[in-house]
Amino acid sequence: MAYDKFNILTSSAVPLPIENVDTDQIIPARFLKATERKGFGDNLFRDWRYNSDGTPKEQFVLNNPIYSGKILVGGKNFGSGSSREHAAWAVYDYGFRCVVSSFFADIFRNNCLNIGVLPVQVSAEFLDKILKAIEADPKTELEINLPEQKITILATGESESFDINDYKKDNMLNGFDDIDYLLNIQDDIEKYAENTPL
Amino acid sequence: MSKTLFDKVWDSHVVKHIENGPDVLFIDRHLVHEVTSPVAFLGLKNRGIKVLYPERTFATADHNTPTRNQHLPVKDPLSANQLRALEENANAHNIPYWGLGHKKNGIVHVIGPEHGITVPGATIVCGDSHTSTHGAFGAIAFGIGTSEVEMVLSTQCIMQPKPKSLRINVSGELSEAVTPKDVALFIISKLSTSGATGYFVEYAGDVFKNMSMEGRMTVCNLSIEMGARGGMIAPDEKTFDYIKGREYTPEGQDWDAAMEYWKTLLSDDDAEFDKEVTFDASEIEPMITFGTNPGMGMGISNNIPLAESIDGAAATYKKSLDYMDYNEGEPMVGKPIDFVFLGSCTNGRIEDFRAFASIIKGRKKADNVTAWLVPGSHKVEEAIKEEGILDILTEAGFELREPGCSACLAMNDDKVPAGKYAVSTSNRNFEGRQGPGARTLLASPLVAAAAAVTGKVTDPRELMHEEILA
Repeated sequence: MAYDKFNILTSSAVPLPIENVDTDQIIPARFLKATERKGFGDNLFRDWRYNSDGTPKEQFVLNNPIYSGKILVGGKNFGSGSSREHAAWAVYDYGFRCVVSSFFADIFRNNCLNIGVLPVQVSAEFLDKILKAIEADPKTELEINLPEQKITILATGESESFDINDYKKDNMLNGFDDIDYLLNIQDDIEKYAENTPL
Repeated sequence: MSKTLFDKVWDSHVVKHIENGPDVLFIDRHLVHEVTSPVAFLGLKNRGIKVLYPERTFATADHNTPTRNQHLPVKDPLSANQLRALEENANAHNIPYWGLGHKKNGIVHVIGPEHGITVPGATIVCGDSHTSTHGAFGAIAFGIGTSEVEMVLSTQCIMQPKPKSLRINVSGELSEAVTPKDVALFIISKLSTSGATGYFVEYAGDVFKNMSMEGRMTVCNLSIEMGARGGMIAPDEKTFDYIKGREYTPEGQDWDAAMEYWKTLLSDDDAEFDKEVTFDASEIEPMITFGTNPGMGMGISNNIPLAESIDGAAATYKKSLDYMDYNEGEPMVGKPIDFVFLGSCTNGRIEDFRAFASIIKGRKKADNVTAWLVPGSHKVEEAIKEEGILDILTEAGFELREPGCSACLAMNDDKVPAGKYAVSTSNRNFEGRQGPGARTLLASPLVAAAAAVTGKVTDPRELMHEEILA
């Protein structure tokens, strides 16, 4: 599915400094019953965000009006657990285009890259700096520069570079997805399949 | 150049390598279920394309299905809609569909091996992280997201960089009442839930060599819980005996040719791994988790570790214990429980029911416990009946349900109520995993059985010794 191109994103950020945020927290299983990709943002962090009667939990960061922005800053091992892409959809549909953490779970990272959410992995020290900057000023802005693979805390000018492979970077910059690529090399695939028994 | 088992299988499936990018990896067999596939099929529809190789694709319903009265229409309209969508998509694309009521129906990772869809040296994917289960047969098997499900449906390939390799050796003799589940929970407790992220695991050593195929599946199943994409075990005679004669395994000359290849599927003696860890089997005792991720586990006779002894954020650790309403330093043995769940792709196979029955035989279910015993498939259910296990369960006051994922992720009605404790043989103890507010203690079928008859966390060895005394 096509998504918006990603180039340079400048935005304030929402801090969630908890380790091992798993995909069941990002989107609980009972919200996986849709047959279309619609409305997942409403249930992002559902059980941390709402009481069982549907009223918002005021202390949860998404319900705190002083925090906003297109960047989610999470703790170490963000997105562990299930392969549900619904977790990445929920992050995207809520309005985040980038998740920053000091460590990502594998499948979640892949899912993000496949749908246009940029996972930016920084050092534990830099993550700490970001969280401190947001704590000092919730409106502090981060710049995510994909072409240069650099993340900057604008208030202090501190920056760090991040990794992404050239292929995925190109996809994100242009809004391409892997299926376009694969459909273009279908002849190669069919040739391979001919020689591969079931 | 010498290669690992993983290298051999991965490299032989690369259709194309992209410099400083992913490999285009050919997928031999694709398993599909109702939850992670509808949006992928919708993608195909929007592009106006068909499934490229339906004969390499298999569909079943398992994640949101009820475990009672499966012959009746599914009551939950959203679940019913998803099941209908899968059936329609499977029919539209000529994919075999083993839906509710079909004799081959069951949890996707239980039925794959049962029908010989899972074979050594294959690449197998499914939109489910526990696809790692199939690695028990020497296959590369891992979970994928829905975008990738769409890729495999439309092109039979995915695009991923090759992961690094990690060999986990466990050697020596396992102690009494230590099952494959305990071995896996022990490893995860040592490596943490992110310790193997970025790696593909090979399990090696006597412990895995001596393990049954069911046990190997349990171990490989839990690879994802240490962060690994998957885990695999070199195929051996046990593997070949298991798969021979199953519906989708090769026959006659094809079998002989396959065997010749399969026998080459082991890591070369001088193969190098990016990382290697070794554990001694004698260190492992029956395990139980006390927190909200599978890495928060310990030997059942231990006390909950102190926050100061934990490597990582103390605040996260305390948040986890608060959720469980446990305190650091407390023992787990003796803690009251409310629910027991035996089942899932981790421990829903016949061997697990045999183990459970071995403890409850001649005892009674505790009055304060609600037990959900859910076979992984109809084939498992049949074996439970044939082997007389159902009689033992019934005699002890238990009821056997119909197959499905059930309370492992509580998408159906099998939900543990808020604040209640469940000893569960499944794979995740995340907050709310078994129902909003539910508290999960992960353990083996033996530990689950001991809890089911005593109503509290109990060391199964105590009950086993009681038997001997009696």
